[in-house]
Amino acid sequence: MKHETPLLNQLESGPWPSFVSDLKQQAEVRAKNEENIEFQIPVDAVEDLLGVLELSYVDGTTHWKHGGIVGVFGYGGGVIGRYCDQPQNFPGVAHFHTMRVAQPGGKYYTAEYLRDLCDLWDLRGSGITNMHGSTGDIIFIGTTTPQLEEVFYELTHKFNQDLGGSGSNLRTPADCIGSSRCEYACYDTQALCYDLTQEYQDELHRPAFPYKFKFKFDGCPNGCVASIARSDLSFIGTWKDEIRIDQEAVQAYIGGEMPPNAGAHSGRDWGAFDIQKEVIALCPSDCMKYEGGKLEINNKECVRCMHCINVMPRALRIGNDRGCSILAGAKAPILDGAQMGSLLIPFIKVEEPYDEIKEVIENVWDWWMEEGKNRERLGELIKRQGLQKLLEVTGVTPDARHVQEPRSNPYIFWKEEEVEGGWDRDIDEYRKHHQR
Amino acid sequence: MAFISSGYNPEKPMENRITDIGPKKYDQFYPPVIAKNKGKWLYHEILEPGVLVHVAEGGDEVYTVRVGGCRLMTTTHIREICEIAEKHCDGHLRFTTRNNIEFMVDDKSKVDALKKDLETRKFPGGSFKFPIGGTGAGITNIVHTQGWIHCHTPATDASGTVKATMDEVFKDFQDMRLPAPLRISMACCLNMCGAVHCSDIAILGYHRKPPMLDHEYLDKICEIPLAISSCPTGAIKPAKVEWKGETVKSVAVNNERCMFCGNCYTMCPSMPLSDQIGDGIVLMAGGKVSNRISQPKFSKVVVAFLPNEMPRWPSMTKTINQMIEAYSKDARKYERLGEWAERIGWERFFDKCELEFTHHLIDDFRDPAYYTWRQSTQFKF
Ligand code: HEM
Ligand code: HEM
Ligand code: HEM
Ligand code: SF4
Ligand code: SF4
Ligand code: SF4
Ligand code: SF4
Repeated sequence: MKHETPLLNQLESGPWPSFVSDLKQQAEVRAKNEENIEFQIPVDAVEDLLGVLELSYVDGTTHWKHGGIVGVFGYGGGVIGRYCDQPQNFPGVAHFHTMRVAQPGGKYYTAEYLRDLCDLWDLRGSGITNMHGSTGDIIFIGTTTPQLEEVFYELTHKFNQDLGGSGSNLRTPADCIGSSRCEYACYDTQALCYDLTQEYQDELHRPAFPYKFKFKFDGCPNGCVASIARSDLSFIGTWKDEIRIDQEAVQAYIGGEMPPNAGAHSGRDWGAFDIQKEVIALCPSDCMKYEGGKLEINNKECVRCMHCINVMPRALRIGNDRGCSILAGAKAPILDGAQMGSLLIPFIKVEEPYDEIKEVIENVWDWWMEEGKNRERLGELIKRQGLQKLLEVTGVTPDARHVQEPRSNPYIFWKEEEVEGGWDRDIDEYRKHHQR
Repeated sequence: MAFISSGYNPEKPMENRITDIGPKKYDQFYPPVIAKNKGKWLYHEILEPGVLVHVAEGGDEVYTVRVGGCRLMTTTHIREICEIAEKHCDGHLRFTTRNNIEFMVDDKSKVDALKKDLETRKFPGGSFKFPIGGTGAGITNIVHTQGWIHCHTPATDASGTVKATMDEVFKDFQDMRLPAPLRISMACCLNMCGAVHCSDIAILGYHRKPPMLDHEYLDKICEIPLAISSCPTGAIKPAKVEWKGETVKSVAVNNERCMFCGNCYTMCPSMPLSDQIGDGIVLMAGGKVSNRISQPKFSKVVVAFLPNEMPRWPSMTKTINQMIEAYSKDARKYERLGEWAERIGWERFFDKCELEFTHHLIDDFRDPAYYTWRQSTQFKF
């Protein structure tokens, strides 16, 4: 290795896969170059990356410079410029930009396709990736400016594959595994995610928004892609009718023939399964009972929390009248504190061509683009102008589902047209009956 | 290193240009058994830590072996993953939201060979390449951000803190002994690219010193109004500064009002704030995103600061362990860490986890702070 890395070396031991070992093996592969690749960025980029990281471990700060505007022609997103602040010591990573590559829904791959990506990135980049970036994209870490257009050209021409989003635009939407392999999915998360991604390519690649905007798609209220916490519009699968019950399977759980919670608790002896304690008593809306060997659910009172279904997946199944709820405005703390998504649409059908859903999205965007300040996330605008305003611009009829509880302060902003006779009154008429 | 052209012509960038085609369509990558049974799955079961079976209405089965992965991953490693997928899974695989890798086979008889193959692959340093686990009431992979490896604003490293933590909790990656799933997330600055604010346990990199001002360059590199308006607390104002005998336009920061978010640095590179001593780790706890039983919750700050202790952050992993063990011992079956803390009360949470409560843990940021103070005489001694 080019640089000594005594601190990083300590991260090679222990059972969890070591990124240091992986980087070292990559450095060796590049140095040997058995495939005779005509590397388009410095051969020793990986060694220099280890070197600069070791330096950060010594002095406790980063050595990446702030920013640098690079990109591919016509796109405002998908590439993030990155320069090292110690280029003389680590020339291999002096320029080390990130490219975000749009990932397939559900993150399914074939080996063949992944190898194509590896070939491309070995030739034109560092051979280092994030699988995956936090937004969901495949992240190529480390290349130089002249390679950006070349990578983009090959992605689009050879692999029928585009870049993802970055900057003040729609970020690459992401979904849970959904109905492709999960029996809890209330709609096809991948189909909706793909359709909207295609529909809004322009918004994804050309920043026109006040700030970033994220869609994420959870197939059910378990929330495996955390959409409620990290997307401006969060689509969470749900149903309106009855949970389907297989009473025989209920008996099998009670009798201990089937493991509760699909075996998720098998690492400890929790005692025999107790349907009263583990399901009925934990139901947040208290809408279940078990009497005379039969499990009954008062579905009208069910809040569809998934608990009973999670515990007895072979006995209980989601209903048949399925769709999704849409929540708006989640974001991380920057700037104004963390926000969870707030309920906007309690229930909407998820059916191609998804026109109803697109109408909601476009109404939200129209409002946000008109009213949002620079770097103001949707959630912050909702806070500033009120949830009522969001309901108004999306044409959603307010109902009790939109709140945890009604307001506790009576400072109600009535609109003039809501008050009989309007706001204009005659002061002279008033004075006839009220002395000064 | 001769330049190899892909066919792109910089003289005519629009020639043959293809744009806006989006990602590859998901269904071309489905393993056949997934394609055939999509939407028809009946139930699933976790056969052992890391091994799932999903059963379809027609009786088809898919067996999934889930393994942990570093999200920072080289092509050499990916090629090895491909090789495994081809050897055992007809060339199919998938990644999970939490950077695990899943190998799927359509018959139980193929599982053992796959598992054996995965378990035996190790890096020269001794770590597993593909540890099996990450399911059910245990600890799965940590979602995280870039850290010192590639970002300009981190207050700590991401890959290193994650490796240190996963080594410590590895037993629970391969076990399902906890009362409920326990999700750990990591973000190396307040931007939280990896969004940790709703995790059972969150590791967050944090700065504690206001920005330095590079007066010499500030006005040349930055838009001063942008820097000023970027500050959520209004701590920045324009200023004329004497600099090496010259009066330059710059900014002044009211240090008392700075909460070290780094937003000014994002807008203005002449306001860096990272620091060897000032930077470190905040630990948060009790968040979740699922709607199961209780509603989603934010994580709460439970340790206001721990120093960066490279390369293994022992104080951080020790504190995380304290929380996991107290939770494991005390919580009821199905109870998430935050639900447990709320049931016993946060004052008791600090006792049981042996954490010190300090004034830093009382919220003082704007309106929402008020809703976190106690307005009741119901509390525990
Ligand atoms: C002022 C705010 C922010 C700044 C300046 C910022 C900056 C950056 C930068 C420079 C990167 C690229 C790192 C690299 O690849 O070299 C990045 C990545 C990313 N950021 Fe942020 N970020 C900000 C806020 C956020 C927030 C709030 C999120 C919320 C989730 C976020 C999500 C991401 C994601 C998903 C990535 C990709 C990281 C990866 O997985 O590789 N960013 N951010
Ligand atoms: C058959 C497939 C799956 C099923 C049946 C399933 C089921 C569940 C269940 C029951 C929860 C429970 C939440 C709770 O107890 O509070 C959950 C949460 C979660 N699942 Fe899955 N899951 C599946 C696949 C996945 C996959 C592939 C991932 C990604 C690796 C994932 C990520 C998550 C996450 C991040 C949560 C956390 C929610 C939280 O923090 O509250 N799930 N899932
Ligand atoms: C438990 C499973 C979770 C996973 C797998 C997860 C993953 C991610 C990822 C990958 C991002 C990148 C940002 C993005 O893509 O939008 C992100 C962002 C975010 N996450 Fe999480 N996160 C989880 C839970 C949480 C928790 C615990 C929080 C707290 C952070 C949270 C709230 C957010 C927020 C607020 C953002 C950024 C929101 C924004 O876009 O500004 N998510 N999360
Ligand atoms: S969110 Fe629901 S549908 Fe999606 S993978 Fe998780 S449990 Fe399954
Ligand atoms: S889904 Fe939740 S609320 Fe509905 S019956 Fe089951 S446990 Fe009760
Ligand atoms: S969380 Fe902060 S430091 Fe970490 S990658 Fe994101 S912007 Fe960079
Ligand atoms: S770090 Fe944040 S709070 Fe401090 S001056 Fe900069 S923008 Fe303001």
